[in-house]
Amino acid sequence: MAEEITVRTTAELDSARTLAEGRRMHAISSAVRYALLAGVGFLMLYPLIWLIGASFKTNSEIFANPGFIPSEPTLNGYIDGWRTSTPYTFATFFWNTFLIILPKTIGTAISCAAVAYGFARFEFPGKRILFATLIATLLLPNVVTRIPQYLLFRDLGWLDSFLPLWVPSAFAGDAFFVFMLIQFLRAIPRDMEEAARVDGANTLQTLIYIVVPMLAPALISVCLFQFIWTMNDFLGPLIYLSSVDKYPISLALKLSIDTTEAFQWNRILAMSVLALVPALTVFFLAQKYFIEGISTGGVKG
Amino acid sequence: MARLQIRNLEKVYSNSFKAVHGISLDVDDGEFMVLVGPSGCAKSTTLRMIAGLETITGGEIRIGDRIVNNLAPGQRGVSMVFQNYALYPHMKVRSNLAFGLKLKRRPKPEIEDATEAVANTLEIDPLLDRLPKQLSGGQAQRVAVGRALIKKPDVFLFDEPLSNLDAKLRASMRVRITDLHKRLKREGQSSTVVYVTHDQTEAMTMGDRICVMKDGCIMQVADPVTLYNRPENAFVAGFIGSPEMNLMEGTLAVNGGVNIRLADQVLTFGEDVGNRLDVRGGEVLLGVRPQHLRIAANDEENALEGHVSHIEFMGHEVYLYVDVGDIRLVVVVPSEQYHPEDIRDDRIRLIPRETAVHIFDRETGRNVSLSANA
Ligand SMILES: Nc1ncnc2c1ncn2[C@@H]1O[C@H](COP(=O)(O)OP(=O)(O)OP(=O)(O)O)[C@@H](O)[C@H]1O
Ligand SMILES: [Mg+2]
Repeated sequence: MAEEITVRTTAELDSARTLAEGRRMHAISSAVRYALLAGVGFLMLYPLIWLIGASFKTNSEIFANPGFIPSEPTLNGYIDGWRTSTPYTFATFFWNTFLIILPKTIGTAISCAAVAYGFARFEFPGKRILFATLIATLLLPNVVTRIPQYLLFRDLGWLDSFLPLWVPSAFAGDAFFVFMLIQFLRAIPRDMEEAARVDGANTLQTLIYIVVPMLAPALISVCLFQFIWTMNDFLGPLIYLSSVDKYPISLALKLSIDTTEAFQWNRILAMSVLALVPALTVFFLAQKYFIEGISTGGVKG
Repeated sequence: MARLQIRNLEKVYSNSFKAVHGISLDVDDGEFMVLVGPSGCAKSTTLRMIAGLETITGGEIRIGDRIVNNLAPGQRGVSMVFQNYALYPHMKVRSNLAFGLKLKRRPKPEIEDATEAVANTLEIDPLLDRLPKQLSGGQAQRVAVGRALIKKPDVFLFDEPLSNLDAKLRASMRVRITDLHKRLKREGQSSTVVYVTHDQTEAMTMGDRICVMKDGCIMQVADPVTLYNRPENAFVAGFIGSPEMNLMEGTLAVNGGVNIRLADQVLTFGEDVGNRLDVRGGEVLLGVRPQHLRIAANDEENALEGHVSHIEFMGHEVYLYVDVGDIRLVVVVPSEQYHPEDIRDDRIRLIPRETAVHIFDRETGRNVSLSANA
């Protein structure tokens, strides 16, 4: 050690010093950056954390104690909330949500993939006009179509059933998803599909065996979006469903506000936490594909 | 066993651009036909019409004794290898190979045997369980060839299959594909090939016959030797051969000898050229390949005088760039015949080899020096 030091020239020492200084500066700046990020992140997450904390509080403590750690944690909110004030438990509402989401998501995936494939890969008369219409519906505010849609479904006798929630999606009614898939498909070269056709695949086989697997990341994103949006959709079920036994979670949460004279906030919060669970679980399970699907526009070569 | 016949084939794209102008071409059973031409001459368009990937505007394509104009690609009995491999990215190599047979609902053992056999032939057996993205370019192209091979098609179609590979790999793949073709032929399997390339080395080394195209028209169809020695027009003459044939504008006059006036000099040729000519005069292009110009000895007459602008030493040969008037000529001299002292003050005198000169009509480009008795 001693020898080494004596051999070092002052210049080397200087450079070593600046090096160490640089490193310290770097450490400080990253500490500041991370502190800032953590602070902002915490701020954003605070309502969620508070929600989870509050769901374990008693109804009276929620307003008495602004902190998020309950003083006497209790499961009452969950137990009473699950029972609800109706003849049905939350299990029914979860099941209803599931019954709405599953056909809707599957229908969306199939119909949007087929329509996007048609737009992205085939020439047909009227294609330009149809595509323009598709984009136009994308820009149209949802509210505008609510009333005509309601009248249509009423005349079909579909009110108070899940059909108005399923059917539009099963016919690629969600222009946004179609558009997203078209953009994704445009970035994929056609060679693979042509190779499949030369290999003897017809249009449908090409779609199923070649296009859909290549579209998979985007399709997974579509399903996730549809899942989460349907889960959170309040207006749709509110308009079309009138009997409580068909209510999905989003309506059921509102139900507990309506029917109790004094709001049982702890029950509502507890059920809200439960309502978050499916969406979060699905998101984390599919996170990898999800991010791939919305960030990359194609397959790498 | 199939012959491919193309009759008056036309293609007009949806933007009303006419890409193919009524071409006719016969590819014999087992023949290796190369389509070659500059970029944009509709080689791919033609090939894709044969494959069925592009609609046919006019004319007729026949494979064997069937007119295939209105058949789906899968029913035409063709296989195609694409420039960027076009392997199915989500399938292992094994499934990529087997896809065509699976669609045909062949029994599983048969598919497995066929896959093994093809993998053996192309030496891709260790790669069978990989995904396409785990392959190198050369390996991917071998898989693509395997996918074409496994279907035992009547006609193989290749669209610039080697242009994404580096020079060395390209050379070895070239040999591999020609070997494969010979082997199929020997084994009596159908082995008719249409191979698109813009690389004339590939064209010359691989093709039984070569079809040279330009702007959607066929300029000449012939075997490589004929194409090189007897080009039917100035385009083929210029396109085939490297470095390119020198084409010099001049005026032809036949009176006893054959005189061609080039800028301010006159070259005279004897009987050999005279006998081949089928015109007696006119505005022409004189074509001489760089290899067919030699440096004149001091006392030789009838030489082209020029001025050497620069010299490239390539190892076994030397390229001389010579300006004659305002015409730039390229001369290739074998290294052992190149003596710097032949060039004095940058002046050089060149003599074209009479048996190898070509004369083209300047307007139509037709080779007028191909008469039968040559
Ligand atoms: N879909 C299309 N619509 C309109 N014109 C097209 C289309 N595809 C090709 N063309 C035109 O047709 C001509 C022939 O194209 P093609 O792809 O067959 O050329 P190529 O000989 O294969 O060229 P390269 O060597 O560059 O591959 C070109 O001029 C091209 O611009
Ligand atoms: Mg091409």
